[in-house]
This record gives sequence, C-alpha cells and structure tokens, in this order.
Amino acid sequence: MFKSIMEWVDARLPISDLIKSQATEYPTPKNLNYWWNFGSLALFVLIIQLATGIFLVMHYKPDAALAFDSVEHIMRDVNWGWLLRYLHANGATFFFVVVYIHILRGMYYGSYRSPREILWWIGIIIFFLLMGTAFMGYVLPWGQMSYWGAAVITNLMSAVPLVGEDLVVWVWGGFAVGDPTLNRFFSLHYLLPFVVFGAVFVHLWALHAVHSNNPDGIDIDEHKDSLPFHPYFTVKDLYGVGVFLIIYCGFVFFAPNYFAEPDNYIEANPMQTPAHIVPEWYFLPFYAILRSIDFLGSFSKLAGVLAMVGAIAILFVLPWLDRSPARSFRYRPLSRQLFWLFIIDCFILGWVGYNPADATVFGGMPIVFVGRAATLVYFGYFFLLWLITAFDIEKPKPTPTSI
Amino acid sequence: MHIEQEESRRDFLILATSAVGLVGVGGAAWPFIRSMSPSADVLAQATTEVDLSAIQEGQMITVPWQGKPVFVLHRTAEQIAQAKNVTMSELRDPQDDKDRVRKPEWLVVLAICTHLGCVPQPIGTGEYGGFLCPCHGTHYDTSGRIRKGPAPKNLEAPPHEFKDDRTLIIGKVLA
Ligand code: HEM
Ligand code: FES
Repeated sequence: MFKSIMEWVDARLPISDLIKSQATEYPTPKNLNYWWNFGSLALFVLIIQLATGIFLVMHYKPDAALAFDSVEHIMRDVNWGWLLRYLHANGATFFFVVVYIHILRGMYYGSYRSPREILWWIGIIIFFLLMGTAFMGYVLPWGQMSYWGAAVITNLMSAVPLVGEDLVVWVWGGFAVGDPTLNRFFSLHYLLPFVVFGAVFVHLWALHAVHSNNPDGIDIDEHKDSLPFHPYFTVKDLYGVGVFLIIYCGFVFFAPNYFAEPDNYIEANPMQTPAHIVPEWYFLPFYAILRSIDFLGSFSKLAGVLAMVGAIAILFVLPWLDRSPARSFRYRPLSRQLFWLFIIDCFILGWVGYNPADATVFGGMPIVFVGRAATLVYFGYFFLLWLITAFDIEKPKPTPTSI
Repeated sequence: MHIEQEESRRDFLILATSAVGLVGVGGAAWPFIRSMSPSADVLAQATTEVDLSAIQEGQMITVPWQGKPVFVLHRTAEQIAQAKNVTMSELRDPQDDKDRVRKPEWLVVLAICTHLGCVPQPIGTGEYGGFLCPCHGTHYDTSGRIRKGPAPKNLEAPPHEFKDDRTLIIGKVLA
C-alpha cells in the first residue's frame, strides 16, 4: 500500500530519490567523532526555537506599554506558558553553546580549508543572523536589560562617519529606543529565523557538493572509507540529541533563570539606566573587545566597533590565512597550541566583558588592560596561524593516506 | 562583422534595460526605507514644557523630551563658578559654559551619554562635581562637558528657551 503510494508520488515528485541521495545514502566518513554531532544539534535547536516562538507569539504583545506585562501573562496565566518561555530563552543560550562548538570544531579540524570555503562563509553568515535574532529577541520582554542593551548596541551605529546619527534615528524610528523600535524588532525577530532556516539549506547544499571533512582532515576514498548516513549517523546524531536534551532540560526545569539577568524582571524605564549593564553571556567576548579600544580619543568608538565586527568577520578570510599542507590540527602541533590559547583567551575576554568597565583586578590594575591584552591575543591567533604556515615554521606531522 | 554589431547592440540594450530596472527597484525601495523613519506623531512630540518654580537651587529633575531624558539642573553659585573656571585646552570637546546655557543658573542637557547612550547619574556623582555615566565610566562636569572616560563629546544641550521666569520650553518652538 505505502509502496504503491510512494511510487505514485515519486513519478510526479521524486522525493525518494532526494531522501536517498541527500540523506540516507549520503556518504559519510566512517571516522567522524562526536564533535560532528553539533551540526545536526544546531538544526534541532533551531526547530525548538521556531516551534516555541510561534506559540509565544500567540500571547505576546509587541507594544511598549503592553510587552512586559504580556510576558508576565505568559509566565503566570497562559497554560504551560512558563514552559514555552523557558524553553525559548534557554534555547537561545544553548543555540550559542552548540554553534560555538560547531564553529570551533571547524577551526580545529580545518573544515574551512579548500574546497569548503563557501560552506564556511554561509556558516559565518548564519552566525551573524543568529546574533541579530538573539539580540532583537532579548529586547522583546521589554525589561531594563532589554531596553538598555538595545540602547547601547543600536548606539554603536552612530560611530559610522557622517551618517551615523541619522542612521540611528532611522533604526529607532524615533529619537530614542521606543515603541517603534520594539515593533520593528518584533517583526525582524519573527523573520530572521526563517532566513536562517533557508541559509541552513544552502549550507547543506554546499556541504553535499563537497562532502564532509573528517578528524584527519584528509581527502578520502569514498568507496573504502565512508558509510551511508542512515542508519550509522542518524543513530549517532539521535544519541547526541538525547544527551543534549538532558542538559538543556536540566536548565529549563531546575535552573531556568541561571542565564537571565534579574534586572530584566524590572520593566523598561527610558529615564534610568541600571548601574551595571551586561549583555547576554554569548556576546561577552565581543563586548570586551569593543570596550578595550578606549585609548584612541574621539576615534575610540568607531575603532571599537570595527574591532568587534572584525573579530567575527576575520573568519571570512581564515581559509586564506591558513596555508599549512595539512588541514587537521591533529597533525599540526604548533597550530594546536595556538588553538587552545585562543580558547582560553575567549574565556578571559568573556570574563572581562562581564565585569564593569572601570573594575580593577589583581590589586589595582584596571581590567581594561587585561581586555586589551586579550584582544591582542585574539587577533594574534589569526596572525600567528598565517605566520607559522606561510613561512613553514610549523612542520606538520605526516598525514595518513586513508582512514 | 554583422553579427558582432548585433551583439553589441544587444549588449547595449541589456545594459540600458538593467540600469532602468535598477533605478526602478531603487525608487520602489524608497517608501519602504522611509517608512522606518520617525513618523508624524513621533515628530509631533517636539516640545516639552517644564514648570521650574518647584526646583530649588542645587536640585535637578529628569524630564522626557521626544522620548529622551533631559536633565534640568538649578545650579548653585559654586556649580556655576566650577563650570566657568576651566581652561579650554583641558577639554576634549572645548566649549564655553556660556555657549551651553541660556541662563547661568539653569543647565539643560540631554541625559544621554555621548558614548553609547546610557543615562548618567544625577549631579554630584562625577569627579568634577558633575555626572557619572555608570556604563563605561564617563565623567561630565557641572556644564555637562566630557572630562574623563570613553565618551567623545559633551552632553548635548537641546534647543530650549524660557517662556517666562518659571516656565522652560525644551525643543524648537515653531509658531
Ligand atoms: C534563531 C532562533 C531564535 C532565537 C535565537 C531567539 C532568541 C530569543 C531570545 C533570546 C528571547 C528573549 C527571551 C527572554 O529572555 O524572555 C526571545 C524572545 C521571543 N521570541 Fe525568539 N528566538 C528565535 C526564534 C523565534 C521565532 C521563530 C519566533 C516567532 C515565530 C520567536 C518569538 C519570540 C517571542 C514572541 C519572544 C518574546 C517572549 C519572551 O520573551 O519569551 N523567536 N527570542
Ligand atoms: S554609555 Fe556612558 S560611558 Fe559608555
């Protein structure tokens, strides 16, 4: 019965072919490790965000006078509303956990190298879209952190020479963050995840054109060294989903506000800034980079913004900075050490970003000095990776010819 | 020869059509872009009237103007002197106090830090007797001028005038 229905459909729309060639029989390197789970996990979290988001919208009101109360209404009155909101808010956090690991996986195993540059680029574009989506979503509950986070970040645009001030007024739709701003952020917060969804398909299209990289970073003989995606990797990905759900639900049910700021349970007040504004944890390293450029006088603001955007945009040229004959850092001792230094540095930047700008550490040293040093190390990673590979300073170990 | 001519004629037509098409798309995009700029009702909230009679010397209040907070400070003689006795070369954004106020005893400034837009804390919190911005530690003096910290410019003095001795109007009075 099912078979004959499928035959009828396939003669008109070849679904089975597509599923076979692009999913179940997609040749997958047999040595993929667990770091390769995070791509499918990212898609899984995107679907969670879409589903919870669409149902939240049924109760949420994008109006500066009503937004805060409508979120409290979701929390207290709507059936299971608290669950939808906690799933959504923690979903954003875990989206970034998953995506950061996914990106770092690519950086460690050289997945950005030829022929995967376009695949890598689309990934970075998705990351930018994700940051925009999360930023605008965080404004929606219209608490104090929502409001002042939006004020500080939109003000960054005023650093653009000549048109900056007009640009910010245009983005606000007023002379300060206000009701028009909330409305447009809501519109875009609904739209962008679907753009991300589309971009994910282009990402997969590029992936399926060049096929997956692997922990050894070598080109493989697909007849010998690959397995069909189903059932080998569907099972492995599902196992990853299980582990993910345990941790994610742990936060949703037992510490739902662990990543939240108490100030965001105070309604937005345009007349008063909270004493200490912090962005969401996933923006902290970039926020630290922004603030550590404060020594260029009136040029500081623009330079800070450029450094912050540059910190991510530099990933676009990574495929050309890295010139090593080996892709995977498994066979590149120096690159590997730089990589771990880079990771530690990201945590230090995050810690600097979390602290007030005028904090002092280690008995009186302004924390901004730590921020400047860590910013230097951050960009230093990319410079040194180029240096040691372009001038053959790193001698890679021989890579295997098959897996 | 003939064919080449045909081709360049075709190239020209394609180019010209695309150019016209692009201008058309650009023109059609304009209403969409402009729809995001402040709307008429937002622009209509152009002025705010403030009753000054209740503000004692040394006190300040925060009033909304076009959705933005404005500090209205009744300065003491000491605060006025502090604002006046400054060497211009010490300032990051040099401006004389008399160019920033209409009447020496009333300081009217936008309470929006020129760094990234936080609201500074009230008078007396900063190092120069003025305002401290909590976000990234900018200090403004009793004239609202930047003295220390990451902000590039002085607190902006919005257009304002005194209707009579006890009424301040913030914004541009059109009529
Ligand atoms: C890329 C996927 C998404 C991300 C990263 C994301 C992120 C966020 C974040 C961080 C918040 C603030 C949560 C809080 O603290 O309360 C939020 C709120 C919200 N989001 Fe999303 N979101 C995504 C997708 C969506 C979608 C697809 C919709 C609707 C179709 C949506 C609708 C909403 C609504 C209505 C709120 C306000 C209610 C609330 O604060 O919980 N989101 N989002
Ligand atoms: S916003 Fe005031 S110091 Fe940054």
